[in-house]
Amino acid sequence: MKIVILGCGRMGSIMAKRLSAVGHSVSVIDQDADAFRRLDDFNGKMVLGNGLDPDVLIRAGIEGADAFVAVTNGDNRNITSVQIAKEIFSVPKVLARIYDPMRAAAYDELGIPTLCTTVIGAGLMADYLLNKQWGDISHYCDMPLD
Amino acid sequence: MYVIIAGGGKVGQYLTKALLAEGHEVLLIEQDRREIDRLTEDLGEVVMRGDGSEMRTMKDAGMERADVVVAVTGDDGDNLVISQLAKRKFDVPRVIARVNNPKNEELFHRLGVDQTVVSTKIIFNLIEQQIETDQVIPIAALKRGNIEIVEIDLSSDSKVKGITVGMLDLPEDTLIISVIRGDHAIIPHADTMLKSDDSVIAMVKANQEVQLRQVFASNNQK
Repeated sequence: MKIVILGCGRMGSIMAKRLSAVGHSVSVIDQDADAFRRLDDFNGKMVLGNGLDPDVLIRAGIEGADAFVAVTNGDNRNITSVQIAKEIFSVPKVLARIYDPMRAAAYDELGIPTLCTTVIGAGLMADYLLNKQWGDISHYCDMPLD
Repeated sequence: MYVIIAGGGKVGQYLTKALLAEGHEVLLIEQDRREIDRLTEDLGEVVMRGDGSEMRTMKDAGMERADVVVAVTGDDGDNLVISQLAKRKFDVPRVIARVNNPKNEELFHRLGVDQTVVSTKIIFNLIEQQIETDQVIPIAALKRGNIEIVEIDLSSDSKVKGITVGMLDLPEDTLIISVIRGDHAIIPHADTMLKSDDSVIAMVKANQEVQLRQVFASNNQK
């Protein structure tokens, strides 16, 4: 698969290395050149630039990409770039990592695929403390927030 | 009207001020704690601290009763999310967003944010008009059909000086409406002779303005 990853933080870099190691064509975008230091032993493409700029996305090969995932520190940046990928470049599979659970829920309802790592992490930790068996990811994603 | 403005930069601040002066109810949302005091001092108790793209802040701001929401932060991602949530989650009747990167304008429109302001583009257009046209001044733009009415000042070395309107090699879809000479507006005919210091008022399709400009350019310009 041809995969574009926006954000070369911890999550982005680990994903990039993993996907690339199993033979996928991966390119990673970050606006901080320093972030690419996390990509030792990576033979994909590194693109320096703003992920909300269509030209930068094109440089990363978004035209004809099979998947796009946004894992920057900004929820809004992730949501926006995923919509650019989906609406402008017709990337078939997209996913935005979102910290704010309410925002994630709102966008899920609007048909933008999101993964809220906050609710998943909180749910797993709470279950661990209560000696409960860990459940399915969707179980944590669908938990009521209040 | 109840207007909520997200983003307390220069645009947000002056917009708030102008709307308050017109007697509207305004709430300005700004995230940066350091900016709050400065804004409150200038605008009064209409400034709220918070993340304007967060559902909770939007609820606290009373977004469901807002008539207009304006997203004018310096970040396109923030502006898009604020606009989308205002429109789709709070059913705000009118949402206006600032687009910082002109290339994102199409995306905003496609995603249902119909009213956008691209300041970079507006300024760019102004500069371009100054530099390139020199003597072509847009008077009005008719939205439907993309037609503009422009005024063209003929310089003393204009290529068309001394020839008649009928001889002009005009681009398609152009109509010469009037020739202003001194204090007189002439309704031109094919045999109306053009003189230096005339102003020509023309109607033109927006995409042919450049060609029109070239027809009237000075001899020493290409």
